[in-house]
Amino acid sequence: MRIEGIPASAGYAEGPLFDLDGPPVAYRGKASTTEEKAALKSAIDKAVSRLTALAETADGEAAGILEFHIAMLQDDALSVPAFAAIGSGEPADAAWRQALDAEIAGYEASDQDYFQARAADLRDIRDQVLRALSEDGEAAAPPGAILYGTDIAPTRFLETDWSRGGGIALKAGSTASHVAMLARSRGVPMVVGLGASADSPVGVALLDAEHGGIVLSPSPAEVEAFRQSSSAFAARQGKAQTFLAQPAITRAGTVVRVQVNIADPSDVDGIDIASCDGVGLMRTEFLFGKVLPDEETQYRAYRKVLEWAGGKPVTIRTVDAGGDKPLPGFTVAETNPFLGLRGIRLSLTRPDVFRVQIRALLRAAVHGNLKVMFPMIATAEEYALAAALFAEEQTGLASRGVAHKLPPLGIMVEVPSVAIAPEAFADVAFLSIGSNDLTQYVMAAARDNAAVAHLNSVRHPAVLRLIASVAAFGREKGIPVSLCGDSGGDPAAIPALLEAGLRDLSVAPAQLAMAKAAIADVSV
Amino acid sequence: MSASAEATVLITHEVGLHARPSVKFTKLAKSFAAEVEVAVVANGPWFDAKSIVKVMAAKAPKGTVLHIRARGDGAEEAVGALVDLVQRDFDEDRDHARSA
Repeated sequence: MRIEGIPASAGYAEGPLFDLDGPPVAYRGKASTTEEKAALKSAIDKAVSRLTALAETADGEAAGILEFHIAMLQDDALSVPAFAAIGSGEPADAAWRQALDAEIAGYEASDQDYFQARAADLRDIRDQVLRALSEDGEAAAPPGAILYGTDIAPTRFLETDWSRGGGIALKAGSTASHVAMLARSRGVPMVVGLGASADSPVGVALLDAEHGGIVLSPSPAEVEAFRQSSSAFAARQGKAQTFLAQPAITRAGTVVRVQVNIADPSDVDGIDIASCDGVGLMRTEFLFGKVLPDEETQYRAYRKVLEWAGGKPVTIRTVDAGGDKPLPGFTVAETNPFLGLRGIRLSLTRPDVFRVQIRALLRAAVHGNLKVMFPMIATAEEYALAAALFAEEQTGLASRGVAHKLPPLGIMVEVPSVAIAPEAFADVAFLSIGSNDLTQYVMAAARDNAAVAHLNSVRHPAVLRLIASVAAFGREKGIPVSLCGDSGGDPAAIPALLEAGLRDLSVAPAQLAMAKAAIADVSV
Repeated sequence: MSASAEATVLITHEVGLHARPSVKFTKLAKSFAAEVEVAVVANGPWFDAKSIVKVMAAKAPKGTVLHIRARGDGAEEAVGALVDLVQRDFDEDRDHARSA
């Protein structure tokens, strides 16, 4: 039976289904005491990072309690007996339970009410780690499995070993979710919007993430047809690889700059800088993760990418939180987050957080060819305010004698107001079209909603007309214009984007070869 | 030659050296290089003042005379700072005022 969905990351996967929505599985024992100890250690770490995330958003009393739980978990004295028990042959879950139960008994025996009451805290701490341990058992999807469920958490994606194939099939989900972005950059096949299915996911399935669909309980004929499509796709990809090391040139001889989009500094480790023209978009939200990073952490991350790029440009986007990217302790809860406090709007309301990022960027700028852009700019005033903060922090660093440099400051073109009336932005250093958001705002179709996914097309004439007009504005004023949305790496959209006048695209690293191959086919 | 210091302080905070105060107490202790220990009776047992698990296990309620001793770099400063924190009731009132 084939179920149709929407392709979120192209590719094919044949493998056993793994039910993401299944009930939590009990802890599975490990083969050796070393692995048991590692499982306990990672469960404690997981519990700590979860509690830390909670503490970020909690206030007063609740934050105090969470801090106490975190401090207890981080104290080796709590886990020493458990690790000793593992050493003498106990599995991690039993060892932890015994160690904590002994501690709990000590509190229960207290003649002080207050200390008796702490037994409940210890039970909570015990259960947090037990939960993390059993999820560790649950996470053991067989190698090459197709993860099938309603939705998938980014952490789940990151914890999965994709080295032996596999894919993601989601009943809901979105092509613009964080996981979809990660899947595209890692080349993991992914389909979303499959809808609810009565079948419980068992056995082998065929995931066609090129066209968007999954075949459950396939017949031998279906398997054969699938394998043919899969090898044809692999052959096309293989052919595309020959374009990877070449500059991107259209059939008519037009040179197109192709840069990459990255999210984490480690993303560049697998990319040969010679294969691209730089970084067209470095997202910084992931860096912010669960905890707001300090200046030094950010500086090191930016510097790493700049040094990797050599003299090639690296465009870093200031934190674009909000919308579908909430950050505990930073973003605010809103009924309509895509139209609320996100991107530069949020950064300008939180100068305490924004200034830290600005200082890190100014300091990193001396290590390469840095450009900085602001997300979600709607008015020229927002750009002026953000640029003024850069100037202020620059003065501060200069007076303290800290090495720094003011990078060219540009803006994302994703709010329709900018695309419609770009003349207000004649003094920005560059324009970068964020086609994901521009499309969703022009088409009034949320990009995290599978039900309106068919409306969300960059190739709609209204969106293309705006892109063409921004490209023309840039040519007229001598302002570089690029595009860094997902459509830049979509072979189906590339001809239209070049026809609209764009000559500078930034794509997910996994799409680099296919994008260059697609460009070579265009006669612009 | 290694420095050492010792002092006693009366816990006046309503519920004693409990969860939140013990977080502050151990955090402060950890900020010193010296080895710091606490006891609820003069002749021990002594507990590692940098381990919240051990400090909590000492179960020191209000009215306990807390013994603090330190050895090594900054021993005197460590004992002084910890005594000070206990005498300030772990800054708990200030926190309440702030969250109110």
